[in-house]
Amino acid sequence: MASIVLTAEQRVEQPGKLTLLLRYLRRNKGLAIGLFILLCLALFTLVGMALINPKHAYPLSAPLKQAPSLKYPFGTDFFGRNLLAAMVVGMWQTALIGLLAGGIGTLIGVVLGFTSAYFGGWIDSAIRTICQILTPIPVLLIQVVIAGSLDKRDVTILTMSFIVVLLAWMGPTLVIRAQVLTMKERQFVAVAKLSGMSDFGIIFKEILPNLLPFIAAAFVGQVFAAVFASFYLAVLGLGPLREPLLGNIIWAAQSQGAFFNGWWWWPLEPAFAMILILGSLALVNMGLDELANPRVRRTE
Amino acid sequence: MTVRIILKRLLFLVLVIWAASTIVFFVPRLSPRSAIRERFAELARTGGFSSGDMEKLIASMEQQFGLDKPLLDQYFQYLNNVIHLDFGYSLSKYPATVTQLIAQALPWSIGLLLVTTILSFAIGTVLGAIAAWPRAPGWLRSIATPFILLTGVPPVIMGILLVFFIGFRLKWLPLGGAYSVGTVPTFSWAFSLDLMRHQILPALSLILGSVGGWVLSMRGMGVTIQGEDYVNFAEHKGLTGRRIFRDYYLRNALLPQATALALALGTVVTSAIIVEGLFGLPGVGTLLNLAIRANDFPVIYGVVLFITIAVATLMTVLEFIYPLLDPRIRNQ
Repeated sequence: MASIVLTAEQRVEQPGKLTLLLRYLRRNKGLAIGLFILLCLALFTLVGMALINPKHAYPLSAPLKQAPSLKYPFGTDFFGRNLLAAMVVGMWQTALIGLLAGGIGTLIGVVLGFTSAYFGGWIDSAIRTICQILTPIPVLLIQVVIAGSLDKRDVTILTMSFIVVLLAWMGPTLVIRAQVLTMKERQFVAVAKLSGMSDFGIIFKEILPNLLPFIAAAFVGQVFAAVFASFYLAVLGLGPLREPLLGNIIWAAQSQGAFFNGWWWWPLEPAFAMILILGSLALVNMGLDELANPRVRRTE
Repeated sequence: MTVRIILKRLLFLVLVIWAASTIVFFVPRLSPRSAIRERFAELARTGGFSSGDMEKLIASMEQQFGLDKPLLDQYFQYLNNVIHLDFGYSLSKYPATVTQLIAQALPWSIGLLLVTTILSFAIGTVLGAIAAWPRAPGWLRSIATPFILLTGVPPVIMGILLVFFIGFRLKWLPLGGAYSVGTVPTFSWAFSLDLMRHQILPALSLILGSVGGWVLSMRGMGVTIQGEDYVNFAEHKGLTGRRIFRDYYLRNALLPQATALALALGTVVTSAIIVEGLFGLPGVGTLLNLAIRANDFPVIYGVVLFITIAVATLMTVLEFIYPLLDPRIRNQ
């Protein structure tokens, strides 16, 4: 067989990284749509934070119970909050809780998952047993106990994220552990070991880069769980009640009987905002799963 | 299943219950809040107590609740109580015990949970199987898509939307409550109908929120099964599509679905609780909701522990049932 010689002119042109990314996004539509909605939400929050006065998100800053109008596009609530400002601040706080809790949770998961899988032995069985014992416990209920035991004045956005993260690191730990276990057996790790690379060198230079898609997926899943959990706690009235967190607005609307009184916009707006946030996060998560797990990738 | 595995599972169940009880025991004690003190402060605000009497009363109450004993004694007493499902007295509805309150609320919750879980499991599994079935017509396969999109929507929000559009705008169904205000619970036909009408929206919000999850996992299973040898074999044998779908496809994908059901139990129960609170149905969720509003700590902790124990026990029971469903596990 004659060997094919590639001349400079014949070489296939390598597209830039951005075009490759865009091409991939066109195939992975869920990821693209999710990222697009997230981008819009971030824009809404950032532009909103620049344009509105955050003070208007708190009680008695506007006339009470106004239906949406030109002056108050989202209306105002029973306590005299401008709901447009409340949405912007609430979205900002939700993002803060999500990123903080998601980040810490993923970090704990990566550290514990690596320790567990790489060193094995009794460390592994200890971490695994603790995860297994904690997993069947309905996390939200324990969060209810923790949040309920706190003094109401002590509950802030920051404590909310810590409460959420306290019981949410088991998922990422187990996922990362399983992935590291399979990586450990691969040949490139064996080669690295034979070439005399240190344990930490192997972890950071060989295994970690290959795990990035899984870590990203775990992070988004963690953000989703944190937003979900903090929303549920707030709907139950366990959030920082003064803050315009989206769940708090729904809780307040619910306790004032918003629908019975015809103030329909009050609970509906945070509800729709929540759908956009959680929906986009779920789409991104599914998209990343597809990226990380070629087995679920759709054949097209 | 060997005796050893059964014992191991039971030991695990005990560990889970112990861990949950320990968390619920120690977390409140690390906090500066005192349930009894707050209760009496509230009573004092509404009138009736002079401060001197109150301290004495608090001390005697603390003695009655055993709060003056050493922490370790309290802990073992508490574990002993938990084993007997004794969660103490409600503060806001004293002298009712927490166990009594839960027992009153439980039938409502179990009814709602059973109906919604079975329905969403069945609908989701069939839809998911169809979505992965290459021979199904295109329109049938695309029915699953809207349900998948709904997975991101928490049942509470689904409930708010349903209340708004169906209850508030169209006025087809009531906005909340277990039965119409002013009616007296009886065993009459009219009352049962009224009762049912009030359950439709909560049930619907739970079902719509969870069907998508089952569709997704079933579709995933279906795709993997397609490549299996026994499916190819069945096709070459010339079996009808319906037969392959039912006996080769559904049956083999059902077991992982049942496992997923056990794992999802915790989330399903939590969602149901919050939806119940939203609609004001007299179940465990509303009990928890009211207890949080009234700072009734024994009820909050009791409900949390009870649900944890129930979920963990159910998961263990489901694990014992798998071998009956799947001969592959039975022979191991």
